[in-house]
Amino acid sequence: MQLAGSQVALTSALLGNDIATFPDYPAEIRAPKGTPAGVSGFQVHFSSETVMTPGDSVDVLVAMNPAALKSNLSYLKPHGTVILDGDAFDAKGLRLAKYEQNPIEDGSLSSFQLVEAPITSQTRAAVAEAGVSHKVATRCRNFFAMGIIYWLYGRSLDATIRFIDSKFKGDIADADKLALNAGWNFGETTEAFERSYYVPAATPLPGKYRNVTGNEALAFGLATAAHLSGKDLFYSAYPITPASDILHRVSRFTECGARTFQAEDEIAAICSAIGASFGGAMGTTGSSGPGIALKTEAMGYAVMLELPLLVINVQRGGPSTGLPTKVEQTDLFQAVLGRNGEAPMPVLAASGPSDCFATVIEAWRIACKLMTPVMILSDAFTANGAEPWLIPDIDGLEPIEIEHPGVKTDDTPFLPYQRDDLLSRPWALPGTAGLTHRIGGIEKENGTGAISYDPENHETMVQIRSDKVANAQQLFSPVEIYGDSTGDLLVVSWGGTLGTCREAVKQSRETGQKVSHLHLRHLNPFPAELGAMLNGFDRVLVAELNTGQLRQLLRAEYLVNATGLNKVRGQPFWIEDVKTAISANLGQEN
Amino acid sequence: MSAVEKIKADFASDQEVRWCPGCGDFAIFAQMKKILPTLGVNPEDVAFVSGIGCSSRFPYYLETFGMHGIHGRAPAIATGLKRTRPDLQVWVVTGDGDALSIGCTHLLHALRRNVDIKILLFNNRIYGLTKGQFSPTSPPGLVTSSTPMGTVHQPLHPLKIALASNATFVARSVDTNAKHLGEILRRTAAHRGSAFVEIYQNCHIFNDGAFDFAKNSTIRDDHTVEIAQGQPLVFGKQRDKGIRLNGTELEVISLGEDYGEDDLLVHDEKADTSAVAQMLAEMQHPQMPEVIGVLRDIQLPTHNDLMPDETVSADVRAQKLKAILNSGETWAVKN
Ligand code: SF4
Repeated sequence: MQLAGSQVALTSALLGNDIATFPDYPAEIRAPKGTPAGVSGFQVHFSSETVMTPGDSVDVLVAMNPAALKSNLSYLKPHGTVILDGDAFDAKGLRLAKYEQNPIEDGSLSSFQLVEAPITSQTRAAVAEAGVSHKVATRCRNFFAMGIIYWLYGRSLDATIRFIDSKFKGDIADADKLALNAGWNFGETTEAFERSYYVPAATPLPGKYRNVTGNEALAFGLATAAHLSGKDLFYSAYPITPASDILHRVSRFTECGARTFQAEDEIAAICSAIGASFGGAMGTTGSSGPGIALKTEAMGYAVMLELPLLVINVQRGGPSTGLPTKVEQTDLFQAVLGRNGEAPMPVLAASGPSDCFATVIEAWRIACKLMTPVMILSDAFTANGAEPWLIPDIDGLEPIEIEHPGVKTDDTPFLPYQRDDLLSRPWALPGTAGLTHRIGGIEKENGTGAISYDPENHETMVQIRSDKVANAQQLFSPVEIYGDSTGDLLVVSWGGTLGTCREAVKQSRETGQKVSHLHLRHLNPFPAELGAMLNGFDRVLVAELNTGQLRQLLRAEYLVNATGLNKVRGQPFWIEDVKTAISANLGQEN
Repeated sequence: MSAVEKIKADFASDQEVRWCPGCGDFAIFAQMKKILPTLGVNPEDVAFVSGIGCSSRFPYYLETFGMHGIHGRAPAIATGLKRTRPDLQVWVVTGDGDALSIGCTHLLHALRRNVDIKILLFNNRIYGLTKGQFSPTSPPGLVTSSTPMGTVHQPLHPLKIALASNATFVARSVDTNAKHLGEILRRTAAHRGSAFVEIYQNCHIFNDGAFDFAKNSTIRDDHTVEIAQGQPLVFGKQRDKGIRLNGTELEVISLGEDYGEDDLLVHDEKADTSAVAQMLAEMQHPQMPEVIGVLRDIQLPTHNDLMPDETVSADVRAQKLKAILNSGETWAVKN
């Protein structure tokens, strides 16, 4: 189903529609089939206008079995179309989904446009000539369903046929194509559909586009940041949902100098990246919440060493194993505060799939300039969701300048912890004569880097490390308020909720509400202009997929009486959630 | 002497060495300072990486590049460093607690990957820096600060673990056996691939005398067997004893009327399998003499040899990167 969804998205994008996707799948690879727990879903939103979110509710729901219908019907718009595989609504299917009565027959779907297609039997009949096994024939059902959708929206089958030819061989490819065509033909010949839709192309900025998921964009960003800084990328990770795809991707970039390392555990992943940074490579690692917890000590170590390092956290539902495939923004405290000792590091969050690219490049620029580890936050929604991406011209991107000190011939001692204007220290590489020095987790004397237990020096160093991270403000990309810079209400959000919050604010403004929107990429330190921006509004509403972590940080930093819109259900915000909260904050009915 | 000449003479840094006076670490450090200038490498091309513990202060005292790590993680740090800087000579200095307790995983994986790093494990069978708790190599019954009635756990044997991890160079030496240790360190430096050396190191503060059988010059020859490639396993002050393979067991025999050197096991550090080396590692005082020397020294492709890493020019990188970004289904939007 994930494959079918991404193909529908790609086909729409190739036609010039703007798209956003929301894959929603169980944590188990082979979760019990036919039960609500085993439902794997994929939501695609395509439009001739700019698409900001995968959508709150859907126009068409394809349910391959009763369980899928049961767990997703609530997302179907009133009078929407529901396409069911009638063959799957047998006694066993209904029992697994815990339906007492067959919903096709009991009238519970009467407010929708119901299309009951015998998908399983028709698929088997259609692929018979390919001579594939019963099992393979059954697996072609998704292609049959895609064929129906392509007909419904007047889409060409070409892109998916190319995909099938590139991915599968022989009988299997034949069977997939037969099923796809049969689905299309079913749509055309059946009289069940009231109409076939036509969605014209959207009009985005000119240029060359491709679809990109958040994890892909992170991988692209890593490779591009390495190039811009003239470094070899070293990406080290331990497999974990939903971050593993970054490792898969980067491991295919060896031809542009990338090195990947699948480490024995999360700790080895970050430690090897720190070793690589010491040697002068672009040391990076990525994981999700539980893995980040394991890396904590090493992050503090990197803070102490003052070496550049990127740590990516693709957040998922927590705590502990939590909801491994679902979205939350519950690791903000962990990112900003979660280390022993005074161990500040810059924290940046990507606002969506394509923004992952720019966020990584900015993070690496900061890491190199300030000789510090930097945390990048993404989330399961951003990681797996796809959207069209204007492929950047890398020659036009600003290089990341790094100056390594050169060979030193005089007899004066080299000072590894000497400070520059931003309080950063030199990145002296092994192999450079005259620069031999030792670094480590024990407190260092400022300047010389010698071990020091001196109270005065420790306090100085704590302050320097803190001030240095605060200096990241000077390197940040600018922040902008959407809407007016003063008003009744400012909605503040961060991370992967940009699309939903922006759309909600836009719609609320269209009704005359004096609401603006500020979306933050920089969560530690906050942008220099943030305090003044908050001051321009009577009220501040912080929308986030946790119980109020950014809200607490903002209240502590700016003494602002912010309220929260919070959701911790393993799901993204819906536009309605945000609009309702805006109205409530303005004392109005939505 | 200029500063550079001075460094090249013994590789020592200007830092005050802070082990307890009389600690075995000093003897190991002295040998290291002796051999480093003879290896033909520049100080700036050498990196020492360590974990946490008494031994892990080692990097601070040498005028090379150095990283004092976090507890147990030195092999992982060194792996990342060596992977991205194949030109450096990378050493890891660790202890029994660091390498076999908190960081055991990293040790196994660095060895089995054959990362080209040289791991020196200073085994004193005790936690020194944290004031005398039992370590994973402490013998059962050892009374320590955390086991007033004596430990009950079976110890881990570093050499057996290294061999089981398929390390391509496995050796043992003794802190105060200067000549032997110097030679082992030289061979360690020369090895290409993961080298693992267990060094018996006396912690006279918390576990004094743990290795008397191997250190005390009056008795050590009767309790250790110095192994050498192609040589029969003869030992004893009078060189009158040997080790023989009897069936599937090793046994001590007296040389003389009944047995000659021809009956003895002949050491082969290049053997295809580590089976015999494992038996040698198994020999434990007081039941058996313990071996010192190189148990295994074979050549296999290193981690860096096996990884598909490519060194590319900026131009090529830009070109390949553009190809990657533009791969897959793309479409153009016109004005
Ligand atoms: S505690 Fe033991 S191992 Fe540590 S420095 Fe002192 S003597 Fe050496």
